[in-house]
Amino acid sequence: MAVKVLLPNAFQKHTNNVKEISSTASNLPELVNDIEGRFPALRQHLRGDDGQIRRFINFYVNEEDIRFLGNEKYAFQEGDEVLVIPSIAGGCC
Amino acid sequence: MTTAYWLRCRECGKTYGHQPLSICDECFSPLEVAYDLEFAKTRFTRETISQGPLNMWRYKALLPVKDTYVPQTPSGLTPLVKAPRLGAQFGAKNLYIKNDAVCMPTLSFKDRVVAVALANAQDFGFDTVGCSSTGNLANAVAAHAARLGLKTYILVPSDLEPAKILNTQVYGATLVRVDGNYDHVNRLSSQIAERYNWGFVNVNLRPYYAEGSKTVGFEIAEQLGWRLPDNVVVPMAGGSLITKIRKAFNELIELGLVDEKPVKFFGAQATGCSPIAKAVKNDTDVIEPQRPNTIARSLAIGNPADGIYASRVIRGTGGWAEDVSDVEIVSAIQELAETEGIFTETAGGVTTAVTARLYAHGRIKPDELTVTCITGNGLKTTDCLDGAYEQRQAIRPRLADFENFVEERNAASQGLSLAGESYGG
Repeated sequence: MAVKVLLPNAFQKHTNNVKEISSTASNLPELVNDIEGRFPALRQHLRGDDGQIRRFINFYVNEEDIRFLGNEKYAFQEGDEVLVIPSIAGGCC
Repeated sequence: MTTAYWLRCRECGKTYGHQPLSICDECFSPLEVAYDLEFAKTRFTRETISQGPLNMWRYKALLPVKDTYVPQTPSGLTPLVKAPRLGAQFGAKNLYIKNDAVCMPTLSFKDRVVAVALANAQDFGFDTVGCSSTGNLANAVAAHAARLGLKTYILVPSDLEPAKILNTQVYGATLVRVDGNYDHVNRLSSQIAERYNWGFVNVNLRPYYAEGSKTVGFEIAEQLGWRLPDNVVVPMAGGSLITKIRKAFNELIELGLVDEKPVKFFGAQATGCSPIAKAVKNDTDVIEPQRPNTIARSLAIGNPADGIYASRVIRGTGGWAEDVSDVEIVSAIQELAETEGIFTETAGGVTTAVTARLYAHGRIKPDELTVTCITGNGLKTTDCLDGAYEQRQAIRPRLADFENFVEERNAASQGLSLAGESYGG
């Protein structure tokens, strides 16, 4: 079972310009560990002083915010596409 | 002359100069524009402003554009009007309306932010600009881009109000309807902005774009005779505007253009999409995303980009946030139109209804100088009033018919009034 993970441009400085990976992680905590294992330089940027993932980093599975799917409890499905977007832009007023 | 502004991370403070970028590559937090306020002290004065043009560019010295920039898009400087009749309904004695329903050229406050964003798009050499939008931003980008000769890609949710779609396409914009809500559209825009070398006003141009919102705050202060109000009530979608009005007030205080005073900031959302109001009520800046379900589509952003900062501004100034139902939104649109002659869109209905509640709950006192921000025009969301008004049969072009009409109307009014007395007795 593998999921496709798309990384944002803002990460690339810390990922040797890798934009996309395939991961066998079964859920979000495993995926974050996988990403940090591959790109150790990213770890200190991905987490705040409290060790938690910084709150401006959003994870989406296919077209849905992972928080609507159960967040850390969501079990990745074969073929899922995970999109990582820091500081989701936009906003009206 | 050197420019006196640069990009800075809102969290870790890393600076980035002047470039189309919205995210810090160290901590992935949003960037904003910082200024050399010492430098600005000589350039941004009441006198220099009074000599400026009668539009938002009178505040150019504190906007992120180069000294050599010659503005082509005269937006802003909308009326600040006292609202005694609406105030009487709310029990308010000192209520003002900042009326961006008549902001030019596309009748919403978005003309302000787009004016600054596209000035920078040109400066960076982009020939194509785009945005994700709930409608007003789409209209503004389309119109301003037409005037500046830029190509456009504008992404909107497919269920957008027909008027907002037409008011984008008429300018020759390339409109992309996306099968999803605004948050879906927004996410796609983030990906597009990374793939194509375009200027997306609310993605890679976002720090510049957001600065345009400050002009609402500058104008409120200037129109009040260079003083700050006691309270401001602001609609919240992404939560940017309320933070930028605060930034504007703080800059005016720091530069000595107004006396320092505590201003309370109040936020307004629709109950069907109220992640920031909920955070404020829970006394936190942790924003839980929501799936929007409200007629106030211009505020229907379930994952607000500036929600954290909006919540901090509100709670940090002793303000509050409220949310109102769709029924209250429509009633408030009618009430504002009937009392002050201002026809606003659903977002303005949200702001007006929330303002009423803030007075009713005693969070705003009657004598306090309060400004409520109307950000868009009702002509764009007339569908929310479908069926609200009965269309009577036409009369013949005869005076007798008209007299009958008046008599019938008076009788109906009297009937209502008698019924009221009977009910009351």
